[in-house]
Amino acid sequence: MSATARPATRRVVTGAAFAVPVAFLGVFFAVPVAALLTTGLRSGGRWELGTVAEVLTSPGTRSVAWFTLWQAVASTVATVLAALPAAWLIGRVRFPGRAIFVAALIVPFVLPTVVVGTAFLAVLGPDGPLAVVARLVGADLDLRRTATAIVVAHVFFNYAVVARTVGAAWMAVDPSAEAAARTLGADRWTAFRTVTLPLLRPALAGAASIVFLFTFTSFGVVKILGGPRIATIEVEIHRLTTQLLDLRTASVLSLLQLAAVVAALALHRRAAARRGSTRARVGRSVLRPPAGGERWLALATVAGAGLLVGVPIATLVWRSVDTAGGPGLAYYRALGGTGGGTFRFVPPVEAVRNSLLFGAAAATTALVVGGLASIGLHRLGGRLRGVADSSLMLPLGVSAVTVGFGFLIALDEPPLDLRTSPVLIPAAQAVIAVPFVVRTLLPALDAIPERLREAAAALGASPRRVWWEVDARLLRRPALGALGFAYAISLGEFGATVFIARADAPTVPVAIFRSLSQPGALNVGQAMALSTILLALTAGVMLLVDRIGDARVGGF
Amino acid sequence: MNPSPRPLVAAVVAALLVAACGDDTDAPESAPDPEGTTITLVTHDSFDVSDEVLAAFTEDTGIEVELLPSGDAGSMVNQAILTKGSPQGDVLFGIDSTFLSRALDEELFVPYESPALADVDESFVLDPEHHVTPIDTGDVCLNYDKAALAAAGLEPPQALADLADPAYAGTLVVENPATSSPGLAYLLATVAEFGEDGWQDHWRALRDNDVEVAAGWEEAYYGSFSGAAGSPGDRPIVVSYASSPPAEVIFAEEPPAEAPTGVVEGSCYRQIEFAGILAGTEHEDAARQLVDFLLSPTFQEDLPLTMFVYPVTDVELPPEFVAHGAQPADPYLLDAATVAANRDAWIAEWTDIVLR
Repeated sequence: MSATARPATRRVVTGAAFAVPVAFLGVFFAVPVAALLTTGLRSGGRWELGTVAEVLTSPGTRSVAWFTLWQAVASTVATVLAALPAAWLIGRVRFPGRAIFVAALIVPFVLPTVVVGTAFLAVLGPDGPLAVVARLVGADLDLRRTATAIVVAHVFFNYAVVARTVGAAWMAVDPSAEAAARTLGADRWTAFRTVTLPLLRPALAGAASIVFLFTFTSFGVVKILGGPRIATIEVEIHRLTTQLLDLRTASVLSLLQLAAVVAALALHRRAAARRGSTRARVGRSVLRPPAGGERWLALATVAGAGLLVGVPIATLVWRSVDTAGGPGLAYYRALGGTGGGTFRFVPPVEAVRNSLLFGAAAATTALVVGGLASIGLHRLGGRLRGVADSSLMLPLGVSAVTVGFGFLIALDEPPLDLRTSPVLIPAAQAVIAVPFVVRTLLPALDAIPERLREAAAALGASPRRVWWEVDARLLRRPALGALGFAYAISLGEFGATVFIARADAPTVPVAIFRSLSQPGALNVGQAMALSTILLALTAGVMLLVDRIGDARVGGF
Repeated sequence: MNPSPRPLVAAVVAALLVAACGDDTDAPESAPDPEGTTITLVTHDSFDVSDEVLAAFTEDTGIEVELLPSGDAGSMVNQAILTKGSPQGDVLFGIDSTFLSRALDEELFVPYESPALADVDESFVLDPEHHVTPIDTGDVCLNYDKAALAAAGLEPPQALADLADPAYAGTLVVENPATSSPGLAYLLATVAEFGEDGWQDHWRALRDNDVEVAAGWEEAYYGSFSGAAGSPGDRPIVVSYASSPPAEVIFAEEPPAEAPTGVVEGSCYRQIEFAGILAGTEHEDAARQLVDFLLSPTFQEDLPLTMFVYPVTDVELPPEFVAHGAQPADPYLLDAATVAANRDAWIAEWTDIVLR
């Protein structure tokens, strides 16, 4: 259509494509956040700008900001280094179990932190495997409540972001270039450094800026693993808002965090702009079995990833079957429900059903909103496109508590008193899933060669027919992939859901949280069993997604 | 950031969502009409009630009750303050004595003196004007892991001061009073015990004794305390509740004859939970009936096994509570006004002493 449409028509189509995402994100994100920040920063009808300077210069803020920054940088560097071999594996190597390996990597990314945090406490504690190894060499090791624990957990959560993003870029690099360099006498390392690495740099920078964004705004991991001495800006915002109702300080910190997020996104944008040319795909054909020394690297990578991702997950699964009478399925049987009959008790079948239903609604919404946004972005040119693209990702950088409290004061007047409406759960989940949909669909749209459309138009197809025969056909697989990924994200989403979860329709993460907040073996056991079910669901969905699409889904 | 765009966006979206939110946009009812009314009870996340208990209320009064959990107690109160005048519900349950002054200052509640208060011990009534009504008490107490203490050759501590004894070094995990309600209660217990000028030295001694501080109850109990089922923790003493040992028995896979954990009865701080009718409700009459119901024997008897708290009226306790629970005769309790005036300063001072 774009090849033949007049500029005016083009603008109308672009505008129409943006209308839905703008309205959606406006109501469910921008307006609530703005309302809360306004409440915090205004007093008696005047902006309190003096407060901003006062909060920003206080020693407390500076120490929290400094810790937030350095742990984010350390986590980002560690994640990139740790995940680079896995990216190579995804981008270059064919091996048995590859599909499961790739799908399993992303499971931590979509699991609720409340679940993984507890597993990590067990792994890093004085009885965990790390301490056992350390004891062999005569050292006492307890990493709980340390910055190291936070960094390790961040690597665990974000490993897949780097592995998948860079892996997909690696797949798109023609191996014959590196082979040519080798023929010309370069050793393996030099060939990688001078040929492949420069081509990967945009993907590396893009993935790194997203990991930075996630770790800079980290909440659950820091709260559970860091203990009370360690706080990030996000943790402070949560404390100030929910416990002290100090909205002034919280608003200033929110703005500070937003500034950092915008900076990270600008970096990501620059990287994405340079990445455009490497998008031309070589594809799966570059995959081949590892040869010679590569075999050891491949084995070591699978083993390393297995340790990092596998141990906490295995700990979780083990705890779900580790009953008093030895390994067994008692906790799963308990899920069938003898303890019922009260309001808090969620029949797990029902929680699973709620999660599946809300997830479906959220994923569909995210696909529609993100799809329209991608079409609009694809048609936008120049600087505006980058800014609009980054704005869609802002929800990833704003505290769930800010959005949640914002809902309370922004959406409270009829006809829009949505505060207790069931619409809010899938809507809030969709806000978080939209950026992931766009990250999958937009590159796919951009990758459609213009000459295909031109050819169709030259053969006499109307603009609508061109869109249907070319764009829609080529987008079907990426769209299904994006839908699946959005579904997986919604299944595990906790931060926003717990705020607005309807009492009578809790999701699996909410049910896990409820079980974990009471003493008793059955409660913990059921929480672990539910977590394992959630884990299996998520991994299953991701396996399907990878079958449909490719490793690029879930990449940045 | 100007609030004026709100109506505009609201109009845009009203068009998009009008079908989806039909059930929440009913026009306000003009006259209170309890029969067939639905009211909303705002609670904290720990709230629970047996299905048949709630059904009994609806059967007796014709009033349907919707429940709206809103985070922990602090988060719930702060949300209620933010939505003052346009409340999310009609009755709020679960505000405790530590947040009471803030809510009263903000005039969140309309007064109501329930006739059922006749059955309630007067010491639980903290607001003489009855903006709030006491519903239950939950004592925050030190819990200990019986087996672990025995293995270490230690007697269970008898009083707060014992924890400063070097013999108990490395045994205690507490919650951060800045982020946790039991953590705050325990700090208040030490203030009540050692005085407004004496608690600081006690905490310095605790710090020298390697006290561990967790962010919240879940982290302390399931992450650090060794006595919790399945816990990776290694601390045999934790700040928890008087009702935690019965819970360990009730939720065990096979209920043991004796609870694996015990309560230090001399360490308890009394938390009282209140309910109040939210100012701005359109169903004040129905709300009053709900408050009466919260004090009825039906609801009060249901409290221990659903929320693991103690009733404020004289009803029979479940056998597990009689056998394994503690009912401290003389728990600590500070005056609500004193707490309100000093809470933030105490927490700041505590943070400096223990965490910095």
